[in-house]
Amino acid sequence: MEHASFIIGSWVLTAVSVVVYAVFIVKRGRSLSQNASREEFPWT
Amino acid sequence: MQLDKTSPSGTGTPATRTLGVLVIASLIALSLFGLVFSAEDVVQGSTVRIMYVHVPSIWVAYMAFAFTAISSAVYLTAKNRSLGWDRFAGASAEIGVLFVAISLVTGSLWGRLTWGTYWVWDARLTSTAFLFITYIGYLAVRRLGGTHRQRARRSGVLALLAVLEIPLVHFSVRVWRSLHQEASVADKGTDVELDGLMLFSLFFGLVAFTLLFVWLVIHRQRTLWLEDAYADKGLDAAIVARREEAGV
Repeated sequence: MEHASFIIGSWVLTAVSVVVYAVFIVKRGRSLSQNASREEFPWT
Repeated sequence: MQLDKTSPSGTGTPATRTLGVLVIASLIALSLFGLVFSAEDVVQGSTVRIMYVHVPSIWVAYMAFAFTAISSAVYLTAKNRSLGWDRFAGASAEIGVLFVAISLVTGSLWGRLTWGTYWVWDARLTSTAFLFITYIGYLAVRRLGGTHRQRARRSGVLALLAVLEIPLVHFSVRVWRSLHQEASVADKGTDVELDGLMLFSLFFGLVAFTLLFVWLVIHRQRTLWLEDAYADKGLDAAIVARREEAGV
């Protein structure tokens, strides 16, 4: 594939950005949920 | 320790887990279609493969900012003024900023290969950069002090103003002379013909990224609910402590 570094780079950058953000959200949610009882969560 | 799969852990629920699996599967499929199965473009060659992440990224950003404006409008106009709408607005804006950034960087890499430069002060690129900075400002305003309702009111007004930039960005290629091409797939007036698998990959990318947006916004707004609840509990505890100090 021509220009593979640019193409793969674009995809990897997108994937890494999304994964890092998703992990941040999930971890923050898990951390904060320790401070509240599950009955309080509106999504339960 | 055995986790109970039916009870929520953090911000997840069985429904979001199912959605998450669907998102991962669709993104893997998109990678195969975008990088392996689809053909190279006659003009762009293999660089067209960047489009399968670049176009869905700006699509999600537009959708996220529109959703921010709609949620803010509902918050500002509804009688009950539920803060849930404000949290949806904040979550959506944050995701929009992430995807505008991805769109700018992937577009810049594509531009280096196609135009020979990473950046030009072209109408589309400049207005997109301005959109990015505007929503960074929106997120900064959300972090100013005050109550949750003060935050919701001021950021809601800002969201309704900021969303006006989206048509400016989108139509900038028509209003001003631009290096960036006009919409070439959705516009029926052009003579662009895409190979079936290329078109499928592009639209599959839009669907996959939309599902990803839904998963992210659900989790992020729940995290924001937890942040608000945590702040409220901290405030309640501080008020009780001060009252005890004052002997009230």
